[in-house]
Amino acid sequence: MSTRYSRQELFTPIGAEGQKKIRQAKIFILGAGALGSSAGEMLVRAGVGQVTIVDRDIIEWTNLHRQQLYTEQDVVDQLPKAVAAKQRLAAINSDVEVKGQVVDVTPDNVLNMIEGYDVILDATDNMETRLIVNDAALKLNIPFFMGACVGSYGLTFPIGIEKNQPCLHCLLEMMPLQTMTCDTVGVISPIVVTTAARQVADVLKYITGNPLTPALVSADVWSGDRASIDVRSLKKELCPSCSASAVYPFLTAKHSMQTAVLCGRDTVQLSWPKSRPFELAAVAVSLRGTVSKMVYNPHLLACEYGNHRLVLFRDGRMLVHGTKDIVVAKKIAAELLG
Amino acid sequence: MTKTIQLNGKTYDVPTEVQSVQQLLIHLQLAERILVVERNKKIIAKEAYDKPIQDRDQIEIIHFVGGG
Ligand SMILES: [Zn+2]
Repeated sequence: MSTRYSRQELFTPIGAEGQKKIRQAKIFILGAGALGSSAGEMLVRAGVGQVTIVDRDIIEWTNLHRQQLYTEQDVVDQLPKAVAAKQRLAAINSDVEVKGQVVDVTPDNVLNMIEGYDVILDATDNMETRLIVNDAALKLNIPFFMGACVGSYGLTFPIGIEKNQPCLHCLLEMMPLQTMTCDTVGVISPIVVTTAARQVADVLKYITGNPLTPALVSADVWSGDRASIDVRSLKKELCPSCSASAVYPFLTAKHSMQTAVLCGRDTVQLSWPKSRPFELAAVAVSLRGTVSKMVYNPHLLACEYGNHRLVLFRDGRMLVHGTKDIVVAKKIAAELLG
Repeated sequence: MTKTIQLNGKTYDVPTEVQSVQQLLIHLQLAERILVVERNKKIIAKEAYDKPIQDRDQIEIIHFVGGG
């Protein structure tokens, strides 16, 4: 083991002392898509103590050009990303305690999920989830390393590393209604790796006690544009998420069914309150004859219904592929599940 | 006279019809996005986007995206 990390220890800012700190670090990775794959692999190879990677989705053909932990067989097996990522990461480095959780991060479950971790690495595909985790991370005082990318452009921003820095809520005066998505403008793998690399460099600096500034940094690997802005002046005195009188507005859960149109795909997600997980075996029996091409494993049930492919997860979620219309998705849920 | 600025780390010739920061954002198709704009190392407020761009200004623009 002492030789395994020798080249990393030879790097002076880390050294043997830094490696010990890396070894103790518990990392929570929010999302096992492109950024989560790339960052997860780097952190596991670096020899952190624990990695938990969470994701709500399954692996598809359109993921393989940029989501480096996955193989064609994973698509054929319809594996959830968190399951395949866990297997691959554990195979890369058995020193690391790797966990994978197939779950949608919501205001209801986020605090329980992230409690006890030293660092949260953002690899989600939507701003709603980022703002939920921004609130939760600030509440529990855990640094949150934001990262996002689309096309050939990406940005990073470490949150919660300095007392008087702004949070994500300070920077986003309003909720972006429609940001560009991988669906509308595509995405290429070099920006994924570039963005994840910057996030991981920041995480390594943080856990080894090296200086780190809360800069908002962007890069475009195609045009060569890059920018770094010191955003400390954007801290809002009365921010509902990070001021002394914070109320963490994004942690206020709604207790009805939640809907979301997923980034990157023609898909609607319906999620039921956590009190209503699916009994997949029972669902499989009740849908037999009504749906076609049913595949059923311990994690999920996938099938076709009319022009839509459906994926039901044990934690009480259903993905409806082939539509962006929430009403269509809800109608299908009502038809099949009541 | 054409103005030449530093835009996101690169030399950029400002088109003659672009006079203000706001016009530059429109020209770059970024006006509708959530942005942080810095001019000569100072973040500028939205209200100041109509200020004219000067020759040799150093402008950095970062816009937010959702994917990952
Ligand atoms: Zn804030």
